[in-house]
Amino acid sequence: MIWLTWRQLRGSAIAMAAVLAVIGAVLLLTGPGMAARHTAGLADCAAQSTCLQFYDRFFGDYDTPFLAVSLLVVLLPAFAGLFWAAPMITRELEAGTHLLAWSQSVTRRRWLAVKLGITCLLAMAAACLCGLMVTWWSGPLDDSAPADLALVAPLVFGARGVVPMGYAAFAVALGVAVGMFVRRTLPAMALTLAVFAAVQIAMPLLVRPHLMAPVTSTFEIGPANVEGISVDRDGGGTPRIRLKSVTPGHPGSWVLANGILDPAGRPLADDGGGSAVPVSTTSGPCAPGAAFGACTTEINRLGYRQRATFHPLERFWPLQWIETGIYAALALGLAGSSFWAIRRRLS
Amino acid sequence: MNTVVQARQLGKRYGRRRWALRDCTVDIPAGHVVGLVGPNGAGKTTLLKLAAGRLEPTSGAITVLGGPPADTPGQLARVGFVAQDAPVYTQLTVAEHLRLGARLNPRWDAGLASERAARFGLTPAHRAGRLSGGQRAQLALTLGLAKRPELLILDEPVASLDPLARREFMQGLMEATAEHAFSVVLSSHLVSDLERVCDFLVVLVDSRVLVAGEVETLLATHHRLTGPRRDPGRLPAGQQVICASHTDRQSTYVVRTDAPIHDPAWTVTPLGLEDLVLAYLDRRPAGDPRTPLAVRP
Repeated sequence: MIWLTWRQLRGSAIAMAAVLAVIGAVLLLTGPGMAARHTAGLADCAAQSTCLQFYDRFFGDYDTPFLAVSLLVVLLPAFAGLFWAAPMITRELEAGTHLLAWSQSVTRRRWLAVKLGITCLLAMAAACLCGLMVTWWSGPLDDSAPADLALVAPLVFGARGVVPMGYAAFAVALGVAVGMFVRRTLPAMALTLAVFAAVQIAMPLLVRPHLMAPVTSTFEIGPANVEGISVDRDGGGTPRIRLKSVTPGHPGSWVLANGILDPAGRPLADDGGGSAVPVSTTSGPCAPGAAFGACTTEINRLGYRQRATFHPLERFWPLQWIETGIYAALALGLAGSSFWAIRRRLS
Repeated sequence: MNTVVQARQLGKRYGRRRWALRDCTVDIPAGHVVGLVGPNGAGKTTLLKLAAGRLEPTSGAITVLGGPPADTPGQLARVGFVAQDAPVYTQLTVAEHLRLGARLNPRWDAGLASERAARFGLTPAHRAGRLSGGQRAQLALTLGLAKRPELLILDEPVASLDPLARREFMQGLMEATAEHAFSVVLSSHLVSDLERVCDFLVVLVDSRVLVAGEVETLLATHHRLTGPRRDPGRLPAGQQVICASHTDRQSTYVVRTDAPIHDPAWTVTPLGLEDLVLAYLDRRPAGDPRTPLAVRP
């Protein structure tokens, strides 16, 4: 049975291995050079304290390959579910070859177990390899990335570490289960893609923030967390402060909620364009012509603070393992339903 | 007598309503080539799938080779099953199919497999998808035979084959049954396919077994009687009417009886297997409004 499964999967598995080998070679060739440039650049900028500019320049030079490899890791599990797992069952059902396989001295459960197991392992191995290669290669870039592309932020988190392995297991189990119930190749592929995409979108939006209790802290207001100050002449000249989604002292954290507290500890309203802070803009540090830093210092002195709810960067690995576990559990559940279906529904 | 398949009030329902097989009771003795005939939709495939353990019965019971047709490696090794239209993996070569059989069956007969492949012109390097319909059926049969089952079940094995391929297929099957002792159950909606190979016949109509028995016995006990018009109630008690047709003056009956027929009024003609089956298929189910002797104005 292992031989038969491997024989049926051989072509696409070898193609996948070849693609991964090429990507691996490219990453291996470009990775060390990039890392060296990063180290040298950091040593340089630390001396001149121009590191923020260095990060921007360094990341800007590599942003296209950064996004490309991240996308690759995100798409690989979907690919496995869509093109390996979903057709694996439905093609046999459509051609009737499952009857040939089941006419040998192999039980249906074993047939399914081997097919699902081998495909799942191959997809997980590919996703794990791809994910770890990309994590290694993009280490210097993740270090320099802007806040919305930080390692623990939703866009990048799923393309790093070990979660791609969980996604792959889930995608394959999903494809097989959908194939079992839908029984036609194209509808099964479409449904697999739709469900997988829905879960992948729902996970960072609805579930991941609550996997661990987020940290809530207050921070002093300063150039590190203020995006900009605008003075609205119609609003009586009160300046509006827009905050960056960052947490001073905790670089690279994933900010879930962000706002300004007034001196009494009450949150200020934020209409999306910033919060109005009642400070004089006709005279004093926030008057036109005064230095930007002086204004934020004044606001800070008056007792206004940033309050952010966030997951710090150190939680990257705990979150990775928890999420991998969740996907593994989902995959096991789907595999269970496939075994139920093969006993009850298929003939 | 040893039975290979024993069904008791066997029923299979698909979904909520549709019964594919209902109240089917039959005993199939060992050591025969059994033909299962019936019109399309009679439940032949369902019965065979139940026997092969592909389906689980909704009601009733079935035993195959003395045990339940379980989905266990031991039972699967004893029962071979060639599904309708002889599915094969189009992407795999003939040699790979034989390798598949060798790897998946504990009692695989490699000699038999390669000998049959050579005899029927199945080139090992050819992909199964490029074989003709007849060759594909032969390949599927080869897989079924080389497994060396005690019971081989064939579901409409020749339905999609041309006459020449049909004859070759049936010949191959007969040679194999002569060489190795095993039972065969094959279904068809054409009696002519089965006439040459089967020595036991089961007629399944509307999920009910109308008749089951050895072909020789069936032929010896069924007669066609032609003579002056006569009411079926006036036939001797030992004669079971299978079907009847009447003209103004003449009645034709197909009857089943163990006793010889002495009535000089009848012209007795023997029945061929096909006529015999047709007589059963022709029989109207009870409750049919048409009465056999309606008086015409």
